[in-house]
Amino acid sequence: MPSFVINEKCDGCKGQDKTACMYICPNDLMFLDKERMKAYNQEPTYCWECYCCVKICPQQAMDVRGYADFMPLGAASTPLRGTEDIMWTITFRDGRIKRFKYPTRTTPEGSIKALEGFPEAKVEDLANQLLLGEPDIMGVKELPTKKK
Amino acid sequence: MREFETVVVDTDILILGGGMSGCGAAVEAAYWAKPLGLKVTLVDKAAIDRSGPVAMGLSAINTYMGMDGKVTQNPRMPERFVEYVTNDQMGLIRQDLVYDIARHVDSTVKHFEKWGLPIWKDEAGNYVKSGEWQVMISGESYKIIVAEAARSAIAALGDKGQIIERVMITHLLKDEKEPNRVCGAVGFSVREDKFYVFKAKVVICMMGGAVHVFRPRSQGEGFGRSWMPPFVNGTTYALILQAGGELTQMDNTFVPPRFKDSYGPVGTFFLLFNTPATNAYGEAYVGGYPSELDKWAPYSHAKPCPTPMRNYEMILCAKEGKTPYWMRTEKVVERFQKEITDPKELKKKIKEYESEAWEDFLDMTIAGATNWAAHNIDPLEKPMELQMSDSVFIGSHAGSCGAWACGPEDLMPKEYADAFPAQYNCMTTVMGLFTAGCGVGACAHKFSSGSHVQGRIAAKASVKFANDQKDYKPTVSDATINKLKEVVLRPLALYEEKSGYTTSPDVNPHYISPHNFLFRLQKIMGEYIGGWETLYGTSDKMLETGLWKLGFCEEDTEKIAAKNLHELLRAWEAIHRMWVGMACARTRLARKESRWPGYYYKFDYLKLDETKKHFINVKYDVDKKEWKVIERPMIPII
Repeated sequence: MPSFVINEKCDGCKGQDKTACMYICPNDLMFLDKERMKAYNQEPTYCWECYCCVKICPQQAMDVRGYADFMPLGAASTPLRGTEDIMWTITFRDGRIKRFKYPTRTTPEGSIKALEGFPEAKVEDLANQLLLGEPDIMGVKELPTKKK
Repeated sequence: MREFETVVVDTDILILGGGMSGCGAAVEAAYWAKPLGLKVTLVDKAAIDRSGPVAMGLSAINTYMGMDGKVTQNPRMPERFVEYVTNDQMGLIRQDLVYDIARHVDSTVKHFEKWGLPIWKDEAGNYVKSGEWQVMISGESYKIIVAEAARSAIAALGDKGQIIERVMITHLLKDEKEPNRVCGAVGFSVREDKFYVFKAKVVICMMGGAVHVFRPRSQGEGFGRSWMPPFVNGTTYALILQAGGELTQMDNTFVPPRFKDSYGPVGTFFLLFNTPATNAYGEAYVGGYPSELDKWAPYSHAKPCPTPMRNYEMILCAKEGKTPYWMRTEKVVERFQKEITDPKELKKKIKEYESEAWEDFLDMTIAGATNWAAHNIDPLEKPMELQMSDSVFIGSHAGSCGAWACGPEDLMPKEYADAFPAQYNCMTTVMGLFTAGCGVGACAHKFSSGSHVQGRIAAKASVKFANDQKDYKPTVSDATINKLKEVVLRPLALYEEKSGYTTSPDVNPHYISPHNFLFRLQKIMGEYIGGWETLYGTSDKMLETGLWKLGFCEEDTEKIAAKNLHELLRAWEAIHRMWVGMACARTRLARKESRWPGYYYKFDYLKLDETKKHFINVKYDVDKKEWKVIERPMIPII
């Protein structure tokens, strides 16, 4: 399905203007019913099963059930995403379980400063072909060209 | 109808789309704009942390040269990449643009590593290359990292930089004093009753390619499980077309052969694990039809065999009734068992393979992993089925759709110069309108890294353009803005006006829902224009009938109704898809050969014809409602 929300666990992100799942869904699928304070997937047939909502939900209230068109019931891929790696639990239809862990990033969250460590851009360099950090960052002396 | 506030945003550089290209553009634009005091604004219809096709993550970076030699194998220079891409696209490619990607792409990947993307390395610190061009990554957070870098760069501009999210762009603004010039864009918030007007010196339009123009294979709950995400809806192509820009190769849609239904990736299985794929009878379908492939020589004889030819072998296999196709993942284990005699070593190797195989899916197509588990298939023991997917408009993978764009001054053949009002890298045939990623046509195999770097290339050129045009001020009248506002919000007004006529708003003679409009488009595309329904075949007669029916769709865009802002988003996505479909059909009608037979072929011209080896471009005149077909020559640079 598409992603679904577990009634018992969802707290509507405690009455904030928008929920974490609404914030992140790349396809604008998650919707907060403010009366019940529960989020739900308003258009399951447009769900890509990207799990962005599952990974971000602070209450672990979200999961995905495989598309009914082609997936037999009973299996699940369940993520637990940390700051530097992600753990997956795979449950087979026949009950077998596999677990995997993979790295996700090598720097602390929020630490990236893309422009720091490079000299300020010079207006006259707008005319050349070099981009930020080039050619040094590539480990070559000069940018290849076909100009004779 | 309820009142929508009009929000006007004045900026210098307007970046439309925050996917890989948009995030690359944000970094580069901020860098060059900062000392000039220029304003940069990025707009996305979602949150850039997880927008675009890399939202779920990726398990490999598919374009990397390794010009510094620090790779486990295959260090390459741009020339070799240009040869490879040219052949893969059956000889028709803009070599200047491809070369430009190749010479810059390593720098973007080095930035990624610095920002924190885990790239696989050997003990000596060399990147693990799984093929000629692919570098393996643990890329679950790929987009989050790239977006964080973009945010940091925009933040460095202080009040001169901003990112506006959850705004769907519907139209570009044309300058009212200069007919072939773009000076901004309009759209609406999908969360608040706000209509946005952006005015800018330069616009970079890069909102990705398009899926769901052709009908997807799954049409129930799995409708959204397209290979490229369902939120990629062709806005780039539709907007450039409506602005009068030239689109190229809109017939060259990519058909990804992938794990059936889930569309789990195959690249790592083929390249890293050297996994065999077979037909239903255990025979390799690749290389199974040599006399057929001879007809597409010389391209079909090159190594590696071009993607459209490998696809064509799958089509031939299907025509013989020899499907299903299988990815024989279990054969990899059998190979290890033959090759490795030490039991400890063998166990370690199998465990490593298992972990990497699952990571390949979990990093980028989680549904693929669940689909294995749902069918009780352990890839170490049993094969999984493959299938050709629905046709995708993509300029960054093994496909060439996009705008006809200007190349760099040191690479572009001079014969191409006339098409452009001024010479700026990645500018379209419209003044002030730039593009990148899936937006740049005839420049395949960029993938995520190449799209990011092309966003950077376009951004630097855009800043140069804005700086060269310091005194330029957009001219757009209030009448134009008000008219556009009415057009953009019309689906909401129509629903409000007419929905009470019937007892259920879902069926009403006065309007059509965005979803039903999309279904109509997809049915026409699939049945007449060369979708999977006809095994990717079409003909002039089928195309003519399809175009006739698409004409009614165009008229009915005025009859689309939307219940709420979310449906208004779907309405405009569907309208943009329709323009992409029409551009495709026009181009297929004009091409009198079957150059990429595994992507689509023409029953009435089922052959390669080297006298037809030129780009077919289309453009559209909004005022006259006229399409024009333009042929442009293929001029090699290597």
